Amino acid sequence: MDLLTSILFATVVAGTPLLLVALGELICEKSGMLNLGAEGMMSIGAVAAFVAAFTFESTLMGVASGLVAGALLSLVFAFITVHLMANQVATGLAVAIFGVGLAAFLGKPFEAKVLPSIKPTEIPFLSDLPLVGPVLFGQQWIVYATWVIFAVVVWFLAKTRGGLVLKAVGESPDAANAVGIDVVKVRYLAILFGGAMAGLGGAFLSLFHTPMWAEGMVAGKGWIALALVVFATWLPWRVLLGAYLFGGVMISQLFVQSSPIPVKIPAQFLSALPYIATIVVLVLISRNVKMIRLNSPASLGKPFQKERA
Amino acid sequence: MIRLEPRPAPSATMRVATPVVAIVLTILTGLLIFALLGKDPVRGFAVFFVNPLKTTYGISEWLLKATPLALCAAGLAVGFRASVWNIGAEGQFMLGAIGATLVALYAGSMPVVTLVLMILAGIAAGALWAAIPAFLRTHFNASEILVSLMLVYVAELLVSWLVFGPLRDPMGFNFPQTVMFEPAALLPILVPGTRLNLVLGFVVLVLLATYVLVFKTHLGFKMRVAGESPNAARYAGISAKTMVWLGLLIGGACAGLAGMAEVAGPMGQLTDKVGSGYGFAAIIVAFVGRLHPLGIALASLLMALFFIGGEQSQQYLGLPGSISMVFQGLLLFYLLATDVLIGYRLRLGRDAHVTNAVKAKAG
Repeated sequence: MDLLTSILFATVVAGTPLLLVALGELICEKSGMLNLGAEGMMSIGAVAAFVAAFTFESTLMGVASGLVAGALLSLVFAFITVHLMANQVATGLAVAIFGVGLAAFLGKPFEAKVLPSIKPTEIPFLSDLPLVGPVLFGQQWIVYATWVIFAVVVWFLAKTRGGLVLKAVGESPDAANAVGIDVVKVRYLAILFGGAMAGLGGAFLSLFHTPMWAEGMVAGKGWIALALVVFATWLPWRVLLGAYLFGGVMISQLFVQSSPIPVKIPAQFLSALPYIATIVVLVLISRNVKMIRLNSPASLGKPFQKERA
Repeated sequence: MIRLEPRPAPSATMRVATPVVAIVLTILTGLLIFALLGKDPVRGFAVFFVNPLKTTYGISEWLLKATPLALCAAGLAVGFRASVWNIGAEGQFMLGAIGATLVALYAGSMPVVTLVLMILAGIAAGALWAAIPAFLRTHFNASEILVSLMLVYVAELLVSWLVFGPLRDPMGFNFPQTVMFEPAALLPILVPGTRLNLVLGFVVLVLLATYVLVFKTHLGFKMRVAGESPNAARYAGISAKTMVWLGLLIGGACAGLAGMAEVAGPMGQLTDKVGSGYGFAAIIVAFVGRLHPLGIALASLLMALFFIGGEQSQQYLGLPGSISMVFQGLLLFYLLATDVLIGYRLRLGRDAHVTNAVKAKAG
């Protein structure tokens, strides 16, 4: 692979977990629920996926376990925020702290173990194309699965009744309730989808990206994914763009460090780039208050009491 | 069927009772976890909550562990009261440690003066780090939650760069750490034979100061109004920007002071392990302590036990130390879940109760 191809290839790889988690959070936030626990759900997904794949010697079991683990943790969030109407910010933080801690705890016996790495699934003929071949058609199957999920999310939001219902709940749960929509059910499903996608994003890290588990390997990717949703102003296509943009920033440091021209930048400064880029991007987007207000779900973060309606 | 019935007014009793209920539930869950892991729950309980407090030294270590939590939480609580979500105390703590370390290494060791400079540098560095999200929030509307959090990772890398690079002890066998501080750059020990130092005094001062600020000043009143009812605050002409600045700067200053006390106290140097999760745990301390200085003092003692228990369980139970984070998360879950009892009553029975109660409330 030439340099440009390998940069783009690595960008897609690095952007995939961000895309998964951010898509899940997008759906969750569309229902009006702000779940800040992505970092915890990713961590727990990564551990569950690794442990299951290691124990059953099956990637598929690993992927399924990651999905389920992320969804289960999000269920706790759903119960506390939807049923008990607790503050969503605080509950999301609890999910993050608990998930990261539980993942470190459960994963301890599995640190320093490795899984066989998963070979890319090359799509015949197409993967031989120059540049786009390896980047778009020479990836691991989970990358294609992520694009399918993306397409489904776009279709769901734009073309289905379900998407309409979801957006209605996020805009005004009281109005939605009045026309007979089960707000609680919609919010539960949206939160569960968000949790499952975060779990899958974690599974991507521990199974496909680096086939191992290490404490702290999620390293803020869950939080960056949350920022991506703001960056994308709740529009799926911009989530896709943002995820790969950040994937690019994340891998750029590797290429700078291994570049033939000696660069005198400490490794830590390069590692800080994705976090600084996140801040810069947040600033650029958020300053346009009108655009944020126009696109963000109107009831985001506000609890809904059915009795009131 | 269990139903939730709205109370006519939030219950003051429950406001105090639910943290206790949450603690009991966390401990019960902890015992269950020990049992599930095939450990004797009684022994697990002893390792976590009893053994650390059996000796004077144990108690001094417990108090010492509680100090960074109480300092960080006191500052965060001021912000949380005004609905300013500073989640980055962990990073502000590290910056405070860096600021103090720079003074300790380069300002020369003078009695008292060095320490005072270190305190000022720690506070200033923490506040400066918190000023970034404050500025970006007030000028560009950027979420202080995400910005302050991203800065935790940046702070971590900054510490790493310093202790691996410019500040590394040349005689330190390549360990990522600075030289040990001179005695003049260390906080004086309060109880001989222990590591408990002057930081305890800082905690008392900070808790008193935040109490006075929040409950006895007009500014504190405005902050509480801003937090409880943003609309009312707007009509009353309370500037949201001022609240954001105050909330974040006070939080950053307190966390910075805690970071200073960590390097000038138990650590005696800056290492890449300086951030030990105190800043994140302090968020839980603030909530469990009901954002009240007295509650925070108690909650930080409890959370310190979790930290020490985590270390002990590694040693005596062969369990990973991260079990303390699991307990922390559980405690916050239980607190948030049981808090529903402040505004609602649990009722067993038919819907009629609920509808009547709602009508009564609405009417």
